[in-house]
Amino acid sequence: MAERCAVIGVGQTKHASCRADVSIAGLVREAVDRALESAHTTMTEIDAIVIGKAPDMLEGVMMPELYLVDALAAAGKPVFRVHTAGSVGGATAIVACQHVTSGVHRRVLTIGFEKQSDGNAMWALSVPLPFGMPVHAGAGGYFSPIIRSYIKRSGAPGHIGCMVAVKDRTNACKNPYAHLHEPDWTLEKAMESPMLWDPVRMIETCPSSDGAIALVLANESIADAHDGPKAWVHATAMRSEPTQFAGRNQVSPKASEDCAADLWRKAGITSPIEEIDAVEMYVPFAWFEPMWLESLGFAPKDQGWRYVEDGVTEMSGRLPVNCSGGVLSTNPIGASGMLRFGEAAMQVMRTAGEHQVDGVRKAFGHAYGGGSQFFAMWVVGADKP
Amino acid sequence: MSEDVLRIRTPIGIHYRYSAGPNASSHLRGLMEGKFIGKRCPSCTLVYMPPRSTCAKCGVLLGEDVEVGPKGTITTFCIVNVAFLGQTIKIPYVAATILIDGADLGMQHLIQECETSDVRMGMRVEPVWKPREEWQPSLANITHFRPTGEPDADFDSFSGQL
Amino acid sequence: MRDVAIIASAQMANVSTTTATPVEMLLPVINEALANAGMSRADIGFWCHGSCDYMTGQPFSFVMAVDALGAWPPIIESHVEADGAFALYEAWLKIQAGEAETALVFGNGRSSSGDINRTLSLQLDPYVVAPLWPDDRSIAAIQARACLEAGVVTSRQMAAVAVRNHRNAQSNPNALRSGSYSVEGLLDAEVVADPLRALDCPAHADGVTAVILASADTARRLSTRPAWIRGIDHRIDTQNLGNRSMTTLPSAIVAAHKAGVGNDKVDVAELHAPFTHQELLLTAALGLTDATNINPSGGALCANPMMSAGLARLAEAASRIINGTADRAVGHASSGPWMQQNLVCVLEGE
Repeated sequence: MAERCAVIGVGQTKHASCRADVSIAGLVREAVDRALESAHTTMTEIDAIVIGKAPDMLEGVMMPELYLVDALAAAGKPVFRVHTAGSVGGATAIVACQHVTSGVHRRVLTIGFEKQSDGNAMWALSVPLPFGMPVHAGAGGYFSPIIRSYIKRSGAPGHIGCMVAVKDRTNACKNPYAHLHEPDWTLEKAMESPMLWDPVRMIETCPSSDGAIALVLANESIADAHDGPKAWVHATAMRSEPTQFAGRNQVSPKASEDCAADLWRKAGITSPIEEIDAVEMYVPFAWFEPMWLESLGFAPKDQGWRYVEDGVTEMSGRLPVNCSGGVLSTNPIGASGMLRFGEAAMQVMRTAGEHQVDGVRKAFGHAYGGGSQFFAMWVVGADKP
Repeated sequence: MSEDVLRIRTPIGIHYRYSAGPNASSHLRGLMEGKFIGKRCPSCTLVYMPPRSTCAKCGVLLGEDVEVGPKGTITTFCIVNVAFLGQTIKIPYVAATILIDGADLGMQHLIQECETSDVRMGMRVEPVWKPREEWQPSLANITHFRPTGEPDADFDSFSGQL
Repeated sequence: MRDVAIIASAQMANVSTTTATPVEMLLPVINEALANAGMSRADIGFWCHGSCDYMTGQPFSFVMAVDALGAWPPIIESHVEADGAFALYEAWLKIQAGEAETALVFGNGRSSSGDINRTLSLQLDPYVVAPLWPDDRSIAAIQARACLEAGVVTSRQMAAVAVRNHRNAQSNPNALRSGSYSVEGLLDAEVVADPLRALDCPAHADGVTAVILASADTARRLSTRPAWIRGIDHRIDTQNLGNRSMTTLPSAIVAAHKAGVGNDKVDVAELHAPFTHQELLLTAALGLTDATNINPSGGALCANPMMSAGLARLAEAASRIINGTADRAVGHASSGPWMQQNLVCVLEGE
């Protein structure tokens, strides 16, 4: 029997397109200090640090955890670095969790960050390689054909993406840390937003942010003694599949379906929509909300868009999705996945403030990356698993 | 009193040498002759064009060369309306996934010589090559694909590729 | 703690440069490791990879490595932006947590893609040190100079380290550099970054290492003599070059203590010390004596494939347990300037 693990502290920065007021170290410390404070602990009591971020080329620093040692007072401790593409924030939280469940470490600090404004993200993500044909379409150009496939397959009406976007941008206004605070969106206005990567409109895309998040994870005896809110980790799961092979389902990759099935099994959940009270899902393009609702087993195949249309995923709905505003409102790549995991924990800990959903007992955190091929998920709950 | 230094600029430059790898070489040599050379997976027998090092599903090196195309079918696409750093293509333009005839895996390329609003899933297209004297071992030898005017492919014939 | 062992490994013969893609480099080594363990892909419960985008010159470069894994149906897999030895640590935790019974861990790097000495500068403080572009060899030379001035090492000892490693590498078919040298001969050689001579510096290489871990039942079923992991720990030091000891390795001392290096005799130690003076500092930090056979493979001095060289040390140490030539071995991996980060693994036979 593995050790139990609980989140006992969550801290994040104010996210913005450019946090020129802090260095990389300063940004990370802002989140770490808040996480330690909420866990009523100090760096001295941390046994190990697990850091995740997306490509080092985003800031131009190779393995920045090496330089961050002083800022984290980490000298003499284990510092571990994870990188699994866009899912990295989720994968990092899971690796940190296993530092605890293995029984090897007792109190672990985990951090996800990105300071995209320090480098040139567009350059870093599209280093020109020889031999191929550069179509210069970016992430939107990669994912929009997949969204087109979903629309064709499911028969979803064209306004679903905008409905998701308006919901997330509106939710973000209740989250003081969110990057975008745009209270005035309406569906009508959203439908006039320019098509960047037809069928994807500008409002349906995520911003580029500077930001960091840190979680403090603890074993059972420490969590039991902790005098404050906590979220028990009920289950974690990860799956990967290759980027390209003949006959690959890119709308609902098998790795996503397998990962979710494994997670629900480990967490003892038979009906996700009945048993999960709040969802923090990785939705960098609005159309991915209905796509993931189906792939993860919250909605039947080709019906995810109806849940959006019927308001099921609104904050007041049956399955609130991304009450924090989600990736559509805040996207420091290396932190985005851990923000989903951390926001799910905050819902369970009842520390989400204005975007708190009432009565959350179990919440779901989700991240994905690469060409929809790397998946990381967890379920956290108010009760011990 | 001098102002605080908030930001400094420290440009980074590193030169890299990339390898196409032995497995992609026949494909690249084919492009120098105006041909599409794909590779067949010895395990599942599906044809990769452009070839990768392995059949990722089977986890084996790809095997024999197979000439495919040159025509193909648009399986899905997007209309790009956003200007990128270093972008040389005039917007709006269509970036499409094209399933080359005889291949089992789509590749990304550009669609031109028609209105962006006329591009459809299932549309039949053919490559337009640069002048031969400009050819390099690169898929960029093809400036774009254009409609052939043939009837569209049936959705079911390529829906397994989405 | 669960009993976990290294049961098999494989390495690519290190080369100074290759035209193969990372996937083409990885595939045969992964297949060989599986064959050596008598396992198939379906027997692997967890895959963990160590590599570095700045080595390959491409963001998300590890993504294509999945093409070498036959990841269908989808697999449980993770990646560290670090040496494969850290991927092994993650896999070990995963097995300890009861989430897997077997793991295939691999590290790969193509140091030849870029200018390795220059690329490594990007590991330094981005605001005040990296913009000066101090190359890796010069940074190491500063440390070597400090050690010589402090009397912690001598030029003669450094030359003897080079002589021994190059002699040992003659019997390692995977080594990139080897040869028969004398201390006097080396002391007469030109300095390339004073006080370092060419053979004080690592032979940067393109390479791959794969290692297979298994929990007790599987290990005993598949191996007649598994290399049991009796202790594993990693620690980090400050990177502030003006604020850390140049003549000791505090993080290695702690990691060695936590891993239990000193609890018994050490027959063999495989140390990831890229420069000769660093091997001397590390030997002292680990408390090793003349009774230990250090770097029978020739070590990182004779082949230093970035992101694979540390895992290769663990594989070399394990192979000596597995083949019965040692009963207790230490494998070590390092990362960062002046061996800022150190991982120590103690392996034993039964």
